[in-house]
Amino acid sequence: MKRTSPLSSRNISLALLGIVFVLLAILPQLTEAYIVVLLSDILKFIVLTVAWVIFAGPTGYISLASAAFYGVGLYTAAILNADMPFPLVVILAGVFCFIVALGVGALTLRLKGVYFTIFTFGLVQLLYYAVAEVERIATGKRGRFVSTENTETVYYAMFILTVLVLVTAVLIRRSRHGLALRSIGEYEQAAEHSGVNVIWTKVLVFAGSSVFMGMAGAIVATRRAYIDPGIAFDLNVTFMPVLMAILGGMTNLIGPVIGAAVFAYLGEFLLTRLPDLYMLVFGAVMVLAILFFPQGLWGLLAQGWSKLRGGRRAPA
Amino acid sequence: MHLLEGQGVTRQFGGLTAVSDVDFYVDQGEIVGLIGPNGAGKTTLFNLISAALKPKPGKIFYKERDITPLPAYKICRMGIARTFQTVKIFPNVPVLRNVMVGSLFGTGRRISSAEAQSKAEEALEFVELSSVKDLPAGDLTLAQQKRLELARALASDPELLLLDELMAGLTPTEVTEAMEAITQIRSRGVTVVMIEHVMQAIMKISDRIIVLDYGKKIAEGTPAEMAANPQVIEVYLGEECDA
Amino acid sequence: MGAARDIIIAGLLLGGIYALIAAGLSLQYGVARVLNVAHGEFIMIGAFITWWLFTNVSFDPLISIVITGPVTFVLGILLYRFVYRKIMVDSPTIEVFEGKSMLAAFGMLYVVQNIARWIWGSNTYAYQYMATSVTGARIPLNRLVALGVVVVVAAAFYVFLSHTRLGKAIRASALDPTTAGLVGVNVYRVLGICFGLGLAMAGIAGSLLSILYSVNTSMGLGYTVIALIVVVLGGLGSIQGAFIGGIFLGLMSSLVSYFQPSMTMIAYYVVFILLLLIRPKGIMGK
Repeated sequence: MKRTSPLSSRNISLALLGIVFVLLAILPQLTEAYIVVLLSDILKFIVLTVAWVIFAGPTGYISLASAAFYGVGLYTAAILNADMPFPLVVILAGVFCFIVALGVGALTLRLKGVYFTIFTFGLVQLLYYAVAEVERIATGKRGRFVSTENTETVYYAMFILTVLVLVTAVLIRRSRHGLALRSIGEYEQAAEHSGVNVIWTKVLVFAGSSVFMGMAGAIVATRRAYIDPGIAFDLNVTFMPVLMAILGGMTNLIGPVIGAAVFAYLGEFLLTRLPDLYMLVFGAVMVLAILFFPQGLWGLLAQGWSKLRGGRRAPA
Repeated sequence: MHLLEGQGVTRQFGGLTAVSDVDFYVDQGEIVGLIGPNGAGKTTLFNLISAALKPKPGKIFYKERDITPLPAYKICRMGIARTFQTVKIFPNVPVLRNVMVGSLFGTGRRISSAEAQSKAEEALEFVELSSVKDLPAGDLTLAQQKRLELARALASDPELLLLDELMAGLTPTEVTEAMEAITQIRSRGVTVVMIEHVMQAIMKISDRIIVLDYGKKIAEGTPAEMAANPQVIEVYLGEECDA
Repeated sequence: MGAARDIIIAGLLLGGIYALIAAGLSLQYGVARVLNVAHGEFIMIGAFITWWLFTNVSFDPLISIVITGPVTFVLGILLYRFVYRKIMVDSPTIEVFEGKSMLAAFGMLYVVQNIARWIWGSNTYAYQYMATSVTGARIPLNRLVALGVVVVVAAAFYVFLSHTRLGKAIRASALDPTTAGLVGVNVYRVLGICFGLGLAMAGIAGSLLSILYSVNTSMGLGYTVIALIVVVLGGLGSIQGAFIGGIFLGLMSSLVSYFQPSMTMIAYYVVFILLLLIRPKGIMGK
C-alpha cells in the first residue's frame, strides 16, 4: 500500500480546515461585535445550506420547507427561552422539527417527488397562517418578545451547530446510509429491489436534516428581541440556501459551504447597498445559475482542476 | 412445497390485460424458462413477483408465505432477487459500490461493511468485472452493465433469481458464457427463472418452460415437450427466424 | 336561506377563479412539465395592470383582460423560449428537467415579485368597480359579472382544447411528446404556447381578482399554493380535474370563511393532507 505523503492534498486540506476551525473558535476574542454578528449570520447560512444538501444532494428530492423548520425553531425559542436554559431550548427546537418533518416525510415521500416539493412549498404558508391564528387566540397579539442571549453565546452556539452539521454530513456520506441515499437518487426502483427501504431512508434523513434547520432558527431567535409569523416563516429562508447550494455546487460538501459563505457575505453587502433590489438580484442569479452554471462554483473549479491534472476518478 | 407459487395472478393497465389469471409454480433447484411473444406479459409477471406492481387480483406465495402485500425491498431481503430488461444500475456510483448496495441491504440479515465488501468483490469476480470495480458504472458497456446488475443481484444472497432477458444482444460466445454462469449459479443452490428470447439457450439449460401469450399461460412442460407442442409452435416458435 | 345563496355564489365565483388559475398551472405542468411556482406572481401582474389602467385611465377592468391576457401570454412565450427551452435541451431526463425548471421558476418568483415591488412598492391598493348591489339580491354586481366572465373564459378554453387543431396538438404533446413530434407537431412551439396560455389564464384571473379584492405585490404566493393544491386535487396533469378541483375548493373556502375566515388556509391544507393520505391521484388522476 502506498503511504500518503505529508504534502498530499488530503493532508493539506485537513491542515487548512484545522486552522480555520481554530481561528473561528477564538474569533470573538479578537474582533469587534459586528464582525462576530456577521460571522454568526454566515455560519447560519452554512448550516441551512449543508443541512438542505444532506438530503437533496444525493436523492435529488427538492424540499422547499427549510423556512418552515427554521420558523418552528424560532418560535420554540421565543416561547421557551425565558423559562428554560438555552441549550435545552435549542435541542427541543430540533426535536419538534424532527417530529414535524417525520410527518411531512411519511405523508409525501411515499409518493412521487413532485408531491413532496409541492407540499413543502405550501408548508411555509400553512405554518404562517396556523401560527398567526394560534397566537391571535392564545395571546391576542401578533408577535412575541424573545428573551435574548448575548452575541458571543449566539456565535458559539452557531459555531458548534456548524461543526455538528458538517460532521453529520460527512458521516452520512461515508456510511452505508449515504450509499443508500445515492442509490435512491440514481435509480430509486433499483435501490428498492436491491433491499434498500427507500421510504424509511428518505424520511429519516429528511427529518434528520430538519433538526439542524430548527436549531439554527432557535439560536437566531435569541438574537432578535421580537418575532412574528411574518419574520419566522419567510420564504427567503428557503430560497437562499437552495440558491447557495446550486451556486456552490452539490456534488460534495465543500461546494455548499463555499456557496453559503460567499453569498451570505454578498447578501450582507447587497442589503446595505441595494436594499430593495437585492432579492431581485438573487432571483436573477438563480435563473442564470440554472441556465449556465448547473455544476456551480465547485463544479467549475473541479473541472478546471481535473483538466490540469488529467484523468478522472469516480466520486466515492 | 413449491418455492414460489402464483395463484390467479392478474394485472390490468387501463383496458389492457397484461397478465390474465396465471397459475404457476417454481420448485427449489430448478431452472425455469419463461417464454412468449413480445407483450405476452413476461416482464409484468416478474414485476408482480418482485412487488414492483401488485396483482389485482391474485396471490403470490414464497415458501408458502403470502408475499403479495409486501414491498419490494422486503421481497429482496427474503431471498428473491432480479435483473431488469432495461438495465437499472447506478451510473455515477463506482461499480463495486453498485454491487455493495445489494450486499449491504439485500441479504436480510445484519452484515458488516467488511463482509458486504468482500461479498461484492466475490460477485464481481464471478461476473468477471473485477478489473473495472472503481469505474463509475455509467462508463461500462451495456453488456458489462448487465453483468453488473447480475452481480448486484447475486450479492444479496438470493435463493430465487429472476433474470429478465440477460442474454439480449449478446454474441454467441457471450451467450454460451452466460449459460455456463447460470448453470453455476444453480449448482450453488440458487433457483433461477429466466425470461429469454434466445431460444437455443433457454431450451438447452431449462428444466421446465412456461409459455405465456397475451397474458395467459398457454403451455408448460419440458423443453422437448414445448418444442413439440403445436400451440406453442404456432404462437411463438413458428415466428422464430434464427436458431 | 339568503346566507346559503351568498355562500354558493361566492363559492362558485371564487371556485371559478381558482379553476382558471389551476387550469393554467395544470397546463404548464401537465404539458410543458414546468412546475411554475411563480404562477401567482403573474396573477399579481394581471391584477396590477388592471388596477393601474382603471385608476389612471379609467379603463374598464372587465375589458382590460383583453390586455392582460395577451401581455401575460407573450411573457409566457418569451419565458419558455429563453429559459425553459434551454433547460429542457440541457436536461438528460424529464425528472432532471422538472427539478431544474421548478428551481428556475423559484428564481423567477423573486425576479417578478421584486420588479413589481420596485415599480409599485409594498402598499395595498384597491378600487371600486360595479360595487353596487343588484336590486333584490345582496350580491354586488361585480361578483356576478366576474362569475360570468370566468364561465365564458373557461368554456372558451375548453372548446379550444377539444375542438381545434392546436388544442389537439397540445393534448397529443401532453400524452406523448415523442410521437407527437414524429407526426409533425412542432413540440417546442406547442409547449411554449401552452406555457404562455397558462400564464395568460393567470393574468386574466388576476384582472378579475382585482375587481373583487385589494391588490399588493405579495399577493401571488397565496394563490400559487392554492393553485398547487387544486392541481393535486384534480389530478396531476388533468386540466379538467383542475377545473373541477378549483370549483370544489372555492365552494369549500366560501363555506369555511362564512364561519371562520382565518381558518381558510388551514382548511385547504387539511384537504390537501387528506388527499395525500387517501387518494393522491386526485379526482381525475390516472
